Amino acid sequence: MSVLLDSIGYSGWILHALIWLPILAVGLVLWGSEASAKHIAFWSSMVIFILSLGLWWAFELGWGGMQMESSVPWIPAWGVNYSLGVDGISLFMVLLTTFTTSLAILGSFNYIKKRERAFYALMLLLEAGVVGVFVATDLFLFYVFFELTLVPMYFIVGIWGGERRIYAAIKFFLFTAFGSLLMLVGVLYLFYQAKTLLGFPTFAYSDLLQVPLTGEEQLWLFAAFALAFSVKVPLFPLHTWLPDAHVEAPTPGSVVLAAVLLKMGTYGFLRFLLPLFPLAAQHPTVVATMMILAVIGIIYTAWVAAVQPDAKKLVAYTSVAHMGFVVLGVFALTVNGLQGGLVVMISHGISTGALFLLLGMMYERRHTREIAAFGGISRVAPILATAFMITALASIGVPGTSGFVGEFLALLGAFETHPTLTIIAATGVIFAAYYMLPMVQKVFFNKLDKPENVEIQDLNGREIAIMAPLCALMLIIGWFPTPILERMEPSVRDVLARVEAAAPAAPTAQASDLDGTVTIATKTDDEDADSPAVVED
Amino acid sequence: MELDFSRQLHYVWALLPEIVLCCFGMLVLVAGVSGRHRPGRSGEPSAAPSFGAISELGWLALVGLLIAGFFNGWLYSVTEVGSASLVAVDDFRLFANWIFLIAAALSILISFSYVYRQRLQAGEFYGLILLSTAGMMFMAGARDLVVMFLGLEVMSISVYALTAFNRRDRRSAEAGLKYFLLGAFATGFLLYGIALVYGATGSTNIGAIGEAISGGSATGGMLALGIGLMVVGFAFKVSAVPFHMWTPDVYEGAPAPVTAFMSVAVKAAAFIALVRVFLVGFDGAYETWYPLFWWLAAITMVTANLIALVQSNVKRMLAYSSIAHAGYLLVALTAANSVAVAGILFYLLVYTVMNVGAFAIVISVAHQGEERLQIEDYAGFGWSQPMLGVFLTIFLLSLAGFPGTGGFMGKIYLLQGAADAELWVLMTILVLTTLASYWYYLRVAWFMWMKDPVRADQHGLVISPLPMRAALFASVAVIIYLGLFPGAMLDFAQASVQGLGALGGSLLGMAP
Repeated sequence: MSVLLDSIGYSGWILHALIWLPILAVGLVLWGSEASAKHIAFWSSMVIFILSLGLWWAFELGWGGMQMESSVPWIPAWGVNYSLGVDGISLFMVLLTTFTTSLAILGSFNYIKKRERAFYALMLLLEAGVVGVFVATDLFLFYVFFELTLVPMYFIVGIWGGERRIYAAIKFFLFTAFGSLLMLVGVLYLFYQAKTLLGFPTFAYSDLLQVPLTGEEQLWLFAAFALAFSVKVPLFPLHTWLPDAHVEAPTPGSVVLAAVLLKMGTYGFLRFLLPLFPLAAQHPTVVATMMILAVIGIIYTAWVAAVQPDAKKLVAYTSVAHMGFVVLGVFALTVNGLQGGLVVMISHGISTGALFLLLGMMYERRHTREIAAFGGISRVAPILATAFMITALASIGVPGTSGFVGEFLALLGAFETHPTLTIIAATGVIFAAYYMLPMVQKVFFNKLDKPENVEIQDLNGREIAIMAPLCALMLIIGWFPTPILERMEPSVRDVLARVEAAAPAAPTAQASDLDGTVTIATKTDDEDADSPAVVED
Repeated sequence: MELDFSRQLHYVWALLPEIVLCCFGMLVLVAGVSGRHRPGRSGEPSAAPSFGAISELGWLALVGLLIAGFFNGWLYSVTEVGSASLVAVDDFRLFANWIFLIAAALSILISFSYVYRQRLQAGEFYGLILLSTAGMMFMAGARDLVVMFLGLEVMSISVYALTAFNRRDRRSAEAGLKYFLLGAFATGFLLYGIALVYGATGSTNIGAIGEAISGGSATGGMLALGIGLMVVGFAFKVSAVPFHMWTPDVYEGAPAPVTAFMSVAVKAAAFIALVRVFLVGFDGAYETWYPLFWWLAAITMVTANLIALVQSNVKRMLAYSSIAHAGYLLVALTAANSVAVAGILFYLLVYTVMNVGAFAIVISVAHQGEERLQIEDYAGFGWSQPMLGVFLTIFLLSLAGFPGTGGFMGKIYLLQGAADAELWVLMTILVLTTLASYWYYLRVAWFMWMKDPVRADQHGLVISPLPMRAALFASVAVIIYLGLFPGAMLDFAQASVQGLGALGGSLLGMAP
């Protein structure tokens, strides 16, 4: 496979193609007729997805730095480059994006009935923007893509959404823009420091890593960047835009929002926050704050989800809980925690995306999302019920599904450093069963007592084609996570090595080689953070 | 060619663009009252001239701008020899001239149908635009406060007349009177400030003032008072809060093409003059005026963006938006380094294009008049006029400073200048007020795309004649081009700033 890919120079052009092919497809969709829009959009997104699959083989194992890098000067006066690259962290985000976008487009065939050309054009534009976020290795370019994803999503929610779509769209837009605008000041501060301290203007990620920042500067910049990413994640208490946006967004919008847009936030944590501001990222107060917020998010939203009468709102709240596990894992600052966080990101993208697709299919049949309006439909729609069951179990994190691998690793990683918080967070897994399973029971089991529900059709061929790969992936990742883990591990270790290298505790670690007992006795709880990982190395 | 200003004739060469514009201004004026352009030629005194006759005058004015542009380009090839003169022939002035020429050309292109339907006297209308443009050019090229003041008056009086131009419309007349009275008042401040500065430094030459101040021979109290009064005078012209009270009323009342013109060109001229006077002339007194501009910038950004949030009239909303943009530019002026000044040039160029573009569509929606300016009138506009809808969305996103548009690059440039001066608080205010601006810009977008029209035929009468479309296409192309490939223009702006302080002995770029 890799020989074939090499022969066509795959790694040289693929990242550019993944950004520009969707934009080309936007042109095709707008150029074509209203009726053909969805077919053009679907097939071009499939082509993009199939092309992106090659990344799996072209990606070189055992190397944690950027791969397939290429760079073109963009704005030389400011030292901005159009430079792209992937590593073990972004690889899966790119694949997740191309995968879910094509399924989301396939899933909107029946749902989107008006202004189809504009809709599919915006979906493809969104894909280009999101891929750009994940492959940009220049901070300026990253910011441009990060902001650019807002506009298509704003219109997708605002035009094709439900009753309160405009409110939800503007809330989504202003919340996320609020964070990213403050990040812009941070970006420019970093740029200014780079220009002063390195002697040349640059936004390149690899250069910015070299900028020596004081601890206080790092805290400020960390705050600015963390705010932008936390709104996106979303971290409690900045999550209030999410339920609104999810409920009002059309199905494909919810799918892309849950599957990839939220990941831009946690991706930002891993890509920028930890490596750029390592001192701030391991500051005990910062770590404690982020982890406590994550745990509050996990528990609180689980309770809120449990009482939602609207199935879509329920799933929206579970997103906040799942992303809480990611943040928990990331700020554990251990290999297991970071890897677990990454797997939760992938797993949440697949399972929550699938849940939204299924809810969309149910909405198309019954034109309601009220849990109480359904009941016993597993008897009339067994395939739908099976798919929903698998997805719900993956979402809860039952062993054997992708959700389990991620949450287990994240909790394991967090337990190494913050056992108390982790125990509280682990109850979130129980709550997940508590809100998800009754919903499944009320919708699919119980009595088939409503005449409208008897009429419900089972999934058709197109819908099975959407759900089959999603369910398969949940199980495959659940049973065989190693190929994924081994691809991300070197990059995760690089991030951690960078954090540890800057650690004020570094001399202590050296000292522990000489005399372990003394240092362990003097260590505080938070400094314990790194020691198990170090020992394992 | 070498210009030696000890020979009077060489002033003619140095001022060729301005001279061409003045000549063409008068030519258009005369042509407007003669021949088939004269109103009432067909026997009835009230009969308006035909659309064709009006556009002929418009094209004549555009030819004037084109020739002036040609000479402006030619001036790049001349060099100055000898001592300082009254007029600067540096790249800074020439870049500013491009901005004025583009603003005037776009404003003329979008006004054809408006002038025809509102039965305005085309000859006087286009003549006044050319004359005010010439005044702006004098301001940009002035190396002496008196020349600058003359240019300012030529510009202002032409614009006062243009504001009140639609004499059948009471709002237009009211706006004209208001603008004139307050403008004259502000001019008084400016003039008094110039007099005091002259008293303190013994010269009206900007270069000589700079030398006097940095040489320490200027008297402190009188100079500070003079600088303060000049700040007030200029703050009025750029409509900075709290000297902005006239702006919403005047912008709302003036004929829409005039509003478009003055919201970009008058503001640009005032900023260009501000840069030369304060950064070259008063550079040594940076400590004196820096806090004034700091506060002006902060208050302007906050107030304008907050008031714009609640506007339901689109023209008035754009008026507040233009005040807010003055605030962003004032941030760069406070920074007072070469990056910031280049940023001001770049931003003024982008702002000119995007703001005139937005006004062009406002004019279209308003049926080439002043009828439908409420935000409800935009409901469903995008779907019935997709091209204009997409264009307005692009203009609004650019005004909001969104990536992919020239407005974003401009804002980044201003912020970079501010970062070099370490104005972190001001930068934070800038981005937070930008967040507020997203609300009112996007509100228009949501009415356009997310609401259904009130009546099915609501947008049936939207008119966008060919010249307006040409202006729109050009504006959108420039905005996207500068948003995607700003490199060349950034270099150009940066290069245009280099010669700014050459004769003034300025410390440009070294300010704290």
